[in-house]
Amino acid sequence: MAKFSRKGKGGLPAINTASMPDVVFMLLFFFMVATQLRETTRMVIVQVPTASEVAKLERKDLASHISIGEPAPMHHALYGTETRIQLNDSFKSVTDIRDFIAAEREARSEADRPFMTVSLKVDQNVRMGIVTDVKQELRRCSALKIMYSSRRAAPSQ
Amino acid sequence: MADIAFLMLIFFIVNSTMDVDAGLQRMLPPMPDESQQQEKVEVNRRNLFVVLITSSGRISAGGQLIDISQLKDKTREFILNSDDNPSLPEKEMKDIANFGLYPVSKGVISLQNDRSTTYDIYIQVQNELIRAYNELRDEFSMQHYGKPFVRLEETQQKVVRTIYNQNISEAEPRDVGKKR
Repeated sequence: MAKFSRKGKGGLPAINTASMPDVVFMLLFFFMVATQLRETTRMVIVQVPTASEVAKLERKDLASHISIGEPAPMHHALYGTETRIQLNDSFKSVTDIRDFIAAEREARSEADRPFMTVSLKVDQNVRMGIVTDVKQELRRCSALKIMYSSRRAAPSQ
Repeated sequence: MADIAFLMLIFFIVNSTMDVDAGLQRMLPPMPDESQQQEKVEVNRRNLFVVLITSSGRISAGGQLIDISQLKDKTREFILNSDDNPSLPEKEMKDIANFGLYPVSKGVISLQNDRSTTYDIYIQVQNELIRAYNELRDEFSMQHYGKPFVRLEETQQKVVRTIYNQNISEAEPRDVGKKR
């Protein structure tokens, strides 16, 4: 009977972990594919407005970003709290947009240039004045395809 | 092996930005050439729908103050002009490739704003205008092709896009409020 008396003792058997690397690798590949590394650090605080009719950008590599908003707290000492434009990694003024667009154009292949989109990431509390200035400058550089970056939300009413 | 994989996994999780780039896509009008004399394009008064956003965020459409919730329906009414009201835009018979003759509205929406309007309200208004167009496009697609606009084929989308062309002019900036 000793054969049966040990049954139920010795706690739970250890879980087989042989498949753990597989699971981890699967997750790893998922994140590697889904990740888009941030190329630039955000220096302005941008909370984009919500809209219901947003369309996704088809080709992310064709987008150039212009962020407009209040400088992040760590830059307050140097740049103040006035609304600023950020291009690439630094604060710029409206007149620098021309060079920025030219450089962005240069970086794309000839065939892709007509489809280049400028994505405007503008904080929702920004006044339209600075946005209008940027838009006028973009028109002057004939970068006419723009996108007002916004979050998706259910339509009001 | 699993340790290395874990390490990389954590690295990628930390670095990933999951935000998708989405927003309202618009085309800016090209800058008029300074050298050539610019002739003013005369737009008939009935064909123009002025949407004005004041600095305090109030919206006036077609000359009267309205709430943002009414804007979409007002815009629809303006574009559609279903009972040929003489105060709403006229229509022009257009021969559309792959479709045939169809009366296309000649209406233009002119969006004007003050320099101190907040961006949030501006986007809300843009959104409502685009929503009106999207609704009309969807209705037309359902009626003629039995499918919503996004599920149509390229050529069919083009037809619908010509019929309900987004004629939103983001006017030349000017100070609507008093000068500072």
